[in-house]
Amino acid sequence: MSLLELRNVSKLYLLGGEEIRALDDVSLDIESGEFISVIGPSGSGKSTLMHILGCLDSPTSGTIQLDGTMIHDATARQLAAIRNRKIGFVFQFFNLLPKLNVLQNVELPMLYSGVGGRERRERALAALQAVSMDNRAHHRPSQLSGGQQQRAAIARALVNNPKIIFADEPTGNLDSHTGTMILSLFHQLSAEGRTIILVTHDPEIAAVTPRRIEIRDGKIATKVDAKLAGLNRVAAAQSQAP
Amino acid sequence: MNIFNTILTGFKEIWAYKFRSLLTMLGIILGVASLVAMSALVKGMEVGATEALVAIGGLQKFRIETQPVPVEQRHLQDQAVGLNLQDVEALAANATLYTNISPEISISRVTLSAKGKNSRPWNCSGAWPVILEIYEHEIAKGRMFNALDDEMARSVCVIGTEVRDNLFGSPEEMGREINPVGETIHINGQAFTVIGLFKHYESEQERREREAAAAQPKGQQTGPTRSRGWGGRQGNFVYRFKNNSVYLPLNTARIKLAADPAGGTPNLTSIEVQLVDLGRMNEAIQQVQNVMMNTHKGIRDFQFRTQEEWAEKIEEFIRNARMSGGTIAGISLLVGGIGIMNIMLASISGRIREIGIRKAVGATTFDVFLQILIESVVVAVLGGLAGLLCAWGLVKIIGEISPTENEPIITSMALVVAFAFSVAVGILAGLLPAFKAARLHPIGALRYD
Repeated sequence: MSLLELRNVSKLYLLGGEEIRALDDVSLDIESGEFISVIGPSGSGKSTLMHILGCLDSPTSGTIQLDGTMIHDATARQLAAIRNRKIGFVFQFFNLLPKLNVLQNVELPMLYSGVGGRERRERALAALQAVSMDNRAHHRPSQLSGGQQQRAAIARALVNNPKIIFADEPTGNLDSHTGTMILSLFHQLSAEGRTIILVTHDPEIAAVTPRRIEIRDGKIATKVDAKLAGLNRVAAAQSQAP
Repeated sequence: MNIFNTILTGFKEIWAYKFRSLLTMLGIILGVASLVAMSALVKGMEVGATEALVAIGGLQKFRIETQPVPVEQRHLQDQAVGLNLQDVEALAANATLYTNISPEISISRVTLSAKGKNSRPWNCSGAWPVILEIYEHEIAKGRMFNALDDEMARSVCVIGTEVRDNLFGSPEEMGREINPVGETIHINGQAFTVIGLFKHYESEQERREREAAAAQPKGQQTGPTRSRGWGGRQGNFVYRFKNNSVYLPLNTARIKLAADPAGGTPNLTSIEVQLVDLGRMNEAIQQVQNVMMNTHKGIRDFQFRTQEEWAEKIEEFIRNARMSGGTIAGISLLVGGIGIMNIMLASISGRIREIGIRKAVGATTFDVFLQILIESVVVAVLGGLAGLLCAWGLVKIIGEISPTENEPIITSMALVVAFAFSVAVGILAGLLPAFKAARLHPIGALRYD
C-alpha cells in the first residue's frame, strides 16, 4: 500500500454561480520516501491538489488514503490531528508567528499534540539543529533573513516527525543563492528518507527532483516514473546549471 | 493544546498590547468597582437601619396597647377595664412564650427641673426594672432601680444623656465629665434622686459626625444663633428618643405622678412583652390574646403593636437601593463587556493569518475557539481583580470625603458576585469573536493579507 493514494479525486468551486473544476478526476500514488515536485502554471490546480493532500481542504468527490487513513470524508477535527502529526508544511512566505521567537514557533505543532514542556523544548532544539538554526533559537522571525526564516519554518515542519512534508513554493520568496541552499536542505532531508512534495511553478527546480507531476487544467498531464528517469534528470539538471 | 498553555498564550497576547488591553479592561474595572462600591454603600445603610432597629429592642418584642372598644361591643363599654396589673400577673402566670414582660405607665406633659433649668423629656415612664432589657438600655453610671425601689415606691429615677445635657449641661459644652448620679431633680414639682444614667445612644453615622465635629476647631460664631430646624434629625429619632428619657419605678410613677385625681388606680399605658423566638410571634400573640380575653371578659379593648412594618420598610428600601444600584453597575459591566467584544473582534481580524498558521500546524477548531475565548476571559478576570482593588480604594475615598454617612461595608459576598459577573461578561463577550475565529477556513486564512 502506498503512503498516499488518490482515486478519481475532483474538486469543484462555485465562483459567481459558475462551476470551476480545480481538480478533475485525479488519480495518483505516492510512495514513502519519494521526493516529488508538483509543477504547473498558476491556476492549474496544483495548489488545490496540495491543499487536499495536506488535509487543509476536502475533495468534492473521489477517495484519498493517507498512511492507512481515509481522509476524503474525515471530520475537521480528524483532519487537524492528521495535519498535526503526519504532515509538515513549508510556505512561500514562511508563515512564522511574528510575536513568538524561533524556538516557540518550532514548538507550536507540539503544543497542539500535547507534548510536555521539557520534551517540547528538546525536540524543538533538535529540529533547529538539523537545519543549523539552533544558534538563532531566541530570535524573533523579524530579526532573521529570509533563508533563516525558511529554515526555521522547515524545522517547524519536521518537529512532529511527519510522514510527508509539503512545501509550497519554498524558494519563491528567496534570492537564488538562498533558494539553492534551501533546496539542498530538502535534498538532504530526502536522503534521510523523508517524503517531500514540493509545489512550484519553476521547471528548473522541478527538474532536480526525482519525480515530477505536471498539473494542467486540473488534470495530471505528465507522469514521470522516478525509477526510470529520475537519475538522468538530476544529472541533466546539474549539467545545465552553470 | 492544554488549558495552561492556552491561558499562557492569552496572557502573552495581552502583554503584547498593554495599552489596548488596559483600555479594554477599564470597562470591566469600572463596572466591578461600581458594583462593589454600590453594594458597600447599601450595606452601610442597611447596617445603620438595623442598628436603629436593634436600638428599640429589635423585632423580638411586641407591645399591648389600649384601643377603643369595637363598635359591636359598645354596649359593654362600661365593663371594659383597660390595661392593668392583673393582666400582667395573668400573663406572667399563664403565657409561656415570653422572656421578659413589663407594665409601663407613660406620663405625659412632664416638666423636669434642676438647678433652675427646665426640660421637657420626650418620654417619662414608670416601669419594672426589666424594661432595661426590653428596650436594650444600658446603664453608664450609677444603677438601675430595682424591685425593692419599686416595692417601696422610692423617689428615684434613671435618666438619659440628653436629659442630663438639658439639666446639667453636656460634657462637650462644659469641657468636663458630668455625673448626675446623686443629684436631685424635680419631676412635675416632686423631688427625685437620680440614681443612674443611661449610656449615650447614637448611630454609627452620628458617632462619625460627632467625631468629625470634634476634630474641627471650634470657630467663634458671630451673629444671632438660630435653630436650623428638624431636617437632619428624623433618621435619628430612635436614638434621641432613648437619650431623652426618664424612667422611674412603676409604683413610684403610679403613686406620685399618675395618680387619678378621683382616687382610683391608674391604668397602665401599655405592656411590653419580649419573645423567646421571633419565629413564634403569631403563636405568642395568640397566647397573650387568649389570656387577655379572659381577664377582659371578652372585650377587645386592647391591641398589639410590633416593629414588623418598620423592618419591612427598611427591607424594602434596601431592596430598592440594591436593585437600582445593581442595575446601574450592571449596565457599566455590560458596556465593559461590549468593549471587550469589540476589541476581540478587531483583534481577530488582525490575526487571521496567525489563525491560519495555527490551524495548518494542527490546531483544531476548538483549540482556536478556546484560545480566543480564554483571551477574553483573561482580560475580564484581570479587569475584575483590578476592579476589586479599585472598589476598595473607592470605598475608602467615599468614607474619607463623606464621614457623616453610614460607613460603607464591603462584604465578601459582594466581592465574589462582582468577580463572578466580570468572568461571566468575559465569557459572553468572547463567545462571538471566538466563534468567528474558529470558523475561519485554514486556506482562506493562510492566504489572507
